[in-house]
Amino acid sequence: MASKVQEIVEKYRRDKGQLVPILQDIQTEYCYLPKAALEEAAKLLDIPISRVYGVATFFKAFSLTPQGRHLVRVCLGTACQVRGAPRLLDRTAEALKLAPGETSPDMRFTLSTVNCLGCCALGPVMVVDKKYHSNPSTSELQRIVEAAK
Amino acid sequence: MKKTVNLTIDGRNVEAEEGKTVLEVARDNGIDIPTLCYNEELEPYGACRLCIVEVSKNKRTRLVTSCLYPVEEGLVVKTNTEKVVANRKMLMELLLARCQGVKVIEDMARNIGVDKPSFKPEYLEREECILCGLCTRACAEVVGTSAISLVNRGVNREVAAPFLGTADDCIGCGSCVYICPTQCIKMEDTGDTRTIVNWKATFKMQKCKKCGKNFAPEKQLEYIRKKLNLPQGFFDVCPDCR
Amino acid sequence: MSVNVLPRISSPEELESLRRDILSRRDPNRPLITVCGGTGCQTYGGSDVYQAFVQEVKKQGLEAGVGVKATGCHGFCERGVLVIIFPQDILYQRVKVEDVPEVVAETIVKGNIIDRLLYVDPATKKRHTKELDVPFYARQHRLLLEGNTRIDPTSIEDYLAIGGYAALPKALFHMKPEQIIDEVKRSGLRGRGGGGFPTGQKWQSTRKAHGDIKYVICNCDEGDPGAFMDRSLMEGNPHSALEGMIIGAFAIGSHLGYVYIRHEYPMAVENVTTAIKQAEELGLLGDNILGSGFNFRITVVRGGGAFVCGESTALMASLEGKVGEPRAKYVHTSEKGLYDRPSNLNNVETWANVPQIILKGADWFNKIGTKGSKGTKIFSLVGKVNNTGLIEVPMGMTLREIVYGIGGGIRGGKKFKAVQTGGPSGGFIPESLLDLPVDFDELTRVGSMMGSGAMIVTDENTCMVDMARYFVSFLQEESCGKCLPCREGLKRMLQILTDITKGNGRDEDIQLLERIADTLQDTSLCALGSTAANPVLTTIRYFRDEYEAHIKEKRCPAGVCKDLITYSIIDEKCPGCGLCVEPCPTKAIKFVAKRKPVILDQKLCIKCGTCYDLCKMKAIAVK
Repeated sequence: MASKVQEIVEKYRRDKGQLVPILQDIQTEYCYLPKAALEEAAKLLDIPISRVYGVATFFKAFSLTPQGRHLVRVCLGTACQVRGAPRLLDRTAEALKLAPGETSPDMRFTLSTVNCLGCCALGPVMVVDKKYHSNPSTSELQRIVEAAK
Repeated sequence: MKKTVNLTIDGRNVEAEEGKTVLEVARDNGIDIPTLCYNEELEPYGACRLCIVEVSKNKRTRLVTSCLYPVEEGLVVKTNTEKVVANRKMLMELLLARCQGVKVIEDMARNIGVDKPSFKPEYLEREECILCGLCTRACAEVVGTSAISLVNRGVNREVAAPFLGTADDCIGCGSCVYICPTQCIKMEDTGDTRTIVNWKATFKMQKCKKCGKNFAPEKQLEYIRKKLNLPQGFFDVCPDCR
Repeated sequence: MSVNVLPRISSPEELESLRRDILSRRDPNRPLITVCGGTGCQTYGGSDVYQAFVQEVKKQGLEAGVGVKATGCHGFCERGVLVIIFPQDILYQRVKVEDVPEVVAETIVKGNIIDRLLYVDPATKKRHTKELDVPFYARQHRLLLEGNTRIDPTSIEDYLAIGGYAALPKALFHMKPEQIIDEVKRSGLRGRGGGGFPTGQKWQSTRKAHGDIKYVICNCDEGDPGAFMDRSLMEGNPHSALEGMIIGAFAIGSHLGYVYIRHEYPMAVENVTTAIKQAEELGLLGDNILGSGFNFRITVVRGGGAFVCGESTALMASLEGKVGEPRAKYVHTSEKGLYDRPSNLNNVETWANVPQIILKGADWFNKIGTKGSKGTKIFSLVGKVNNTGLIEVPMGMTLREIVYGIGGGIRGGKKFKAVQTGGPSGGFIPESLLDLPVDFDELTRVGSMMGSGAMIVTDENTCMVDMARYFVSFLQEESCGKCLPCREGLKRMLQILTDITKGNGRDEDIQLLERIADTLQDTSLCALGSTAANPVLTTIRYFRDEYEAHIKEKRCPAGVCKDLITYSIIDEKCPGCGLCVEPCPTKAIKFVAKRKPVILDQKLCIKCGTCYDLCKMKAIAVK
C-alpha cells in the first residue's frame, strides 16, 4: 500500500495543495480511505495526520469505511426534489433494502444521496456507477439490482 | 514609527496603530466587547461571532466581527446598538440551546439578558464543547504539534484525535486543557502519569532530580529540548530548582 | 477528434494561417450530423445514438462525404437525444438508436424530413424543422451556448473554426493590460457565479495589489442544486473559458491559473484537461504564448464534495489542501487570497464572456441587457415546466416570458405557484411578481437573488413550507460548521420547519424563524450562512398562509407533507385497471377485479405518491 500511495503522491509532485485530489485517487484505488494510506500520505506530504483526517472527514466524496462495489447515488438537488426525488429515494431504498449511507452485507451496493449531479432537466435522477437513470420505474430498479454483480 | 489612524468607538475619539483590529483597540481603551473564541496569543478565528460591532464608513454601515476587522481612518464603531444586542442575544440563545448545564455559558447568557432558549425543551443539548477551536489552534500555532483537529463538518463538527483514537502527536503539554473556555478537556495527573482523557493520551512524567516532583511529561520536555536545540539532560531538573 | 499533427504556433500570423487552413479543409455544404454529447442526453442513450450514426454512415459507405460529431450540450434537455443535421439546420428530437438508419437513409441520402422526429409546439401544434425556429431556441440569445451546438469539445480545431482564440492575439498584441481591464469595466460585465460583483473592478483590484505572484482562478464548483450551466459550458466549450482566463491573466499580471471543478462533473474535468493539453501543444498556453513573451499555466483541481467550496475563500482553502472553511473578507481575496497572494476568482460563465467582449468591444456588450445588468445570462430552467433545459437570455427578459414563452408553461396543465432563483441562497418569487425582469438588483429587491442561474419552477402541488425545510436541510448538510449562527441557527430552523411539516408547529414559530433568520443574515461568517435565510424569509413573506395552515389547522394545502396527508382511492373514479398495483413499492394496493376499484391498505402505505402520479383517471385523492 505504501508504494501505491507514494506513486499517487509523486504524480501530484508532492504538492500539499493537491491533498484533495490525492485522497480522491487513493479512494478510487481502494474504494475507501484506509487509515494506513492516510498515514502514509501525511508522512510523504509532511502534513500532520490530524489535518489529513480533518480533510478526509470534511468532504462528502470520501468514505473512511469500505464501500460496496456499486455506488448507487440518488440526487436530492432542488430540481429533482420538485420532481419527486424523495419518492425515488424511497423506492430505491426499498429495492436495495438499504437506508441511505448503508452498504449491503454482501458488499454489492452502497446507497447514498448526492446534492446535485447537474442533470437537472431530467429529474429525478439516479446514478449507478457511471450510468445515469432518469426516473427509473420500480421494475427498472429491480433490473438494475439484478444486473449488478 | 508605525502609522496611526483616528477612529471613533462609542462616541469616543481614539488613536490607534495601523494594522490593529477594532477589538484590540477597543480593549486598549477600556471598552469591553464579549468574546469566546478569541485569545491574544492566537490568530483571530471569527467563529463565535459574539464580538460583532457596527462599523460605518462612507455612509455604509454593517455588522462585522471586531476581532478580525482592521482599524481605518475615520471609522465609526458602535459596540452596543440595538441591532448588535439583539444579535448577541440570539447567538447566546443558540449557544445555550447547545450547552445546557455549562456554567460559563449560562453566566454569559444571563449577563446579556438571556435566561433560556426559545426552542422546544426536547431539542436542547448538553454539549460541553462550544467548537471555538481554541484548543486546536493553540496546538497548531503555539505548540506546533497539531495533535488534534476539527473533524467532520456542520452539525457533526467536533474536536477529535485522528481516527477518533489516540492523538499520537500529543505531547501532553496541557495547553488545550488550559485554554478551553468551558474546561471540557480533562487532564489527570496521578503519580508519575498524566492522561489527557479526551485524546486517550497517557504520558510518563519527568521526575526532577533535585526535588523529586513530577513536573512535566517526558515527551513534552523532549519536544521542547529538540525544538530549542537545548543540550541533553537540560530538563533533568525542574524550572523551580534550576 | 483531437489534435494529431498541429504544429506549435509562435505568432498571431501563424495562428490565422492555421485557422484559414482548417476552414479551407471544411466544406460548409458537406452534410454533418451533430449529436448532443451532454450528460443529460447521455442519460437518454446519447453515446449509443452517436455510435449508431458512426456505424451506419460507415455501413452505407458514406464516411467520405458525411461527418458525424458529438457536440456539447444543446440545452433542450427535455427533448434529448438531440440531433442537428447541417447544412439544413434540421433539428430532430427524442432520437433513439432505432431511428438512426432511417435518418441516414432518408434525410442524409435523400434529403427527406422525418416528421415524427421534428419538434411539435404543444400550444400551436406547429411542426418546426429548423433548430432556430423552435420557440425554445428562437427566444434565446445564445452568445455563449451557440458554440455548444457546433463544436466537438475535444477538438481545438473546431473551436478555431468558429472563430475561437481570435480575441487572444488582439489582447496580447494590440491592447495594454490597463486597456483590457478598462474594456471589461465598460462592458458592465458582473460576476455570473452569484455575487454579481463588477468583473472589471475585481480585475483592477487584483492588478493593483502588492505582490509578484498572482493567481487567476476559474470557479466551476457549481454547487447550487438545479444548476448545470457551468457543467454544460465546461463540458461543451472549455476553450471559451480558457481563452477568457488567459486574457484575464495577462491583464492582471498573473502567470498561474487554476480551474476548480467539482468532482461530480467527471466529463467536464476530462474535457477541460484535454483542452488545456491541446492549447499547450499549440502554444496558446505555457511559455511565450504566440510569441508575446507572456507565460501562463493552468492546473485543473477537483473538488471534494462540498457546496461551501463554491465560496471563494473556502475554494482557496481547499486549493491549499485544507478543509473548505471560509474566512472573513474584510481584506478582499484580490489582495490576499490563495496562499495569501492576490487572487482573482471568477465563475466559468464570467470567463466565457470575456473573449467576445474583447473581440466585439464593450459597446457591443453593454447594449444588451438592462442598466444595471449587461449581457446575457444562462439559466437552467427546471422543475414543473414543459420545456426543461438550459437557456441563455438577455438580461431584462421577464420571468413570465421565460417560464411561459420559453418554458412552455406548467406541465400537466397544473397551476404555477412560484419560481425559485438563486439556489439555496435565493428565494421564491410568486405569480404576482412574474413580470419582474431578470436583473441582479431587481431580483435582490424582492428578497431573492440572481445566483448562479438555477431557475426552478413549482406548481400547486409544491408545498412551500416543505421547500423551505428542504433548503434549510440542504444548507445544514453543507454548512462547514465553523461559525455559531450558521451551524446552530440552521439546526434550530430545520427542527422548527420539520415540526411544522409534521403538524407539530407552535404559534410562535414563524416569529422565531424570522429572528433566527435575521441573526443568520447579520452575523454569519460567509454568504452560505448570510443568504441561508432567504428561502425561509421569502416563503414566509409570500406564502404565509401555507405556514399558518400547517401550524393552526395541521393541514398541508399542497398535499405534500406526509404526516398531514393520506392517500385514498376514489372508488367512483377507479376503473380497476391496476396500473398502480405493480409500481407500489410496498405492495399496499390490492387488485380486486376489472371494473372494480382497487383497495389501498393504509397500514402499508408509505405515502410515496407513486400511484397518485401514475393514475390517469385521477382516482387517487390526497387529503
